[in-house]
Amino acid sequence: MLVKIRGMSFSRGHRPIFDNVDMDIHRGKVTAIMGPSGTGKTTLLKLIGGQLKPDAGTIYVDGHDVHRLSVKELYKLRRRLMGMLFQSGALLTDLNVFDNVAFPLREHTKLPESVIRHLVLLKLQAVGLRGARDLMPGELSGGMARRVALARAIALDPQMIMYDEPFTGQDPISMGVLVKLIHDMNDALGLTSIVVSHDVHETASISDYIYVISAGKVVEHGSPDKLKLSGSAWVKQFMNGLADGPVPFHYQAEPLLNDLMGFKS
Amino acid sequence: MSIFQKLGQFTLDAFARTGRGTQFLSQVLLGLPSVLMRPTLLIRQLFMVGVQTLLIILVAGLFVGMVLALQAYIVLVDFGAEESISLMVSLSILRELGPVFTGLLFAGRAGSALTAEIGLMKSTEQLSGMEMMAVNPMKYVIGPRFLAGVISVPLLTLIFMAIAILGGYFVATELLGLYEGVFWSQMQAKVDFYEDLVNGIIKSLVFGFVVVWISVFEGYDCVPTSEGLGQATTRSVVHGSLAVLGLDFVLTAIMFNV
Ligand SMILES: Nc1ncnc2c1ncn2[C@@H]1O[C@H](COP(=O)(O)OP(=O)(O)O)[C@@H](O)[C@H]1O
Ligand SMILES: [Mg+2]
Repeated sequence: MLVKIRGMSFSRGHRPIFDNVDMDIHRGKVTAIMGPSGTGKTTLLKLIGGQLKPDAGTIYVDGHDVHRLSVKELYKLRRRLMGMLFQSGALLTDLNVFDNVAFPLREHTKLPESVIRHLVLLKLQAVGLRGARDLMPGELSGGMARRVALARAIALDPQMIMYDEPFTGQDPISMGVLVKLIHDMNDALGLTSIVVSHDVHETASISDYIYVISAGKVVEHGSPDKLKLSGSAWVKQFMNGLADGPVPFHYQAEPLLNDLMGFKS
Repeated sequence: MSIFQKLGQFTLDAFARTGRGTQFLSQVLLGLPSVLMRPTLLIRQLFMVGVQTLLIILVAGLFVGMVLALQAYIVLVDFGAEESISLMVSLSILRELGPVFTGLLFAGRAGSALTAEIGLMKSTEQLSGMEMMAVNPMKYVIGPRFLAGVISVPLLTLIFMAIAILGGYFVATELLGLYEGVFWSQMQAKVDFYEDLVNGIIKSLVFGFVVVWISVFEGYDCVPTSEGLGQATTRSVVHGSLAVLGLDFVLTAIMFNV
């Protein structure tokens, strides 16, 4: 088990985001974390990465309690283990594609420039963007930016990659490319992947295990097949993308007739 | 909310922000040694700040000096003391206008740009991204910008002073017909190196430090939305300018023993 979360609670101001959550992320597998927007999926990744600190509970990554490490040890752990793909790609806007992918190598290794060049070109080749090495981030489409970010995330050969909504806002072709990339990377490099998403079908198609979170709790977890058969009406609505169900289509309101006729209830 | 609740909220926010700002500053200062180890980043930022600010400093300095010479002439000629134009120009420039103008212009031009740039890097997750790549943004992004600002403000102030005095010289000799020798010899006789120039430079060091601190902090602390970014940029200019004016009063009172 690479990541072990036990009894974790976290709140923003007075608003609880997570309430006593347990999760396990197994090595070498693709684990999906799904839930509606604003439930705290990005927050969860930042908690695992040690950028945020839980109010209670513990998060172990590769046996280390992330929030008890010193800053130095935490940085070492990140360097050795974790890659993260942010929703926007988070490429450094003043560096071109090549330099973005080279960035972690130049920061953390003393490799000569010729070796760095080889490594960067290989990583870019893996995401199909070797030809785009001289472009600036502003010139890339959203899908390309995410692929560059992926190349950068694997530059230091991490054991685990966290993807924050990799499919959101992608056209069907880029989406297909990203789905395939995440799957292939996981198998070819023996990575552990955490995919945060609310694109149910794409995510379910590549994941080995799924956690569905809502309102600060894990509402369901299991293999994709198990989740499709879930008895919970809420999970059914979410997994099948139904407009109405336990989450009503209408935001809480007066009955329509009262509103239209100006009645006060 | 009642007015008292608002007042309380405002006070609490102000204290919380001051606390965060101080904590932030200590982190920046702790990261400075490693900034010095990698001078390329620093040099790049020095260049950026210089490019952004140099032209406006030159133009503003020239005009401030020229206007001062004119005003000095109007006042002094009634007393037959127009030979002291250079004294009035140089003393006001060295003691007050040089550091203050440069501080204000810097806050408006480079300071706002710093805030916007860092704020944008925060809202596009570039700072978080760096942290996850185990690169400390305090050392890679904030530190070089901070140090570049702190170094460049005194230098820009010196440039402002020089060009303003040249502007005054030009107006006094070419326009008002004063002898060159009189202009320079009055200055030489009455302007004191420590009392006037060094004090002006000390002021500019303080202004630079505070203005740059405010600008990088506002960017780093901004709410990562387009609205939050706009507010942070405005705050950076307003607070930076007010800090310059307020500190100028304090420093003048201390330096000239009033
Ligand atoms: N920096 C922040 N300060 C305060 N609240 C935040 C911050 N970041 C996120 N939130 C809030 O926390 C909740 C969870 O956010 P997030 O993890 O981004 O959700 P998701 O990624 O699932 O859409 C959201 O309601 C959001 O408004
Ligand atoms: Mg999110």
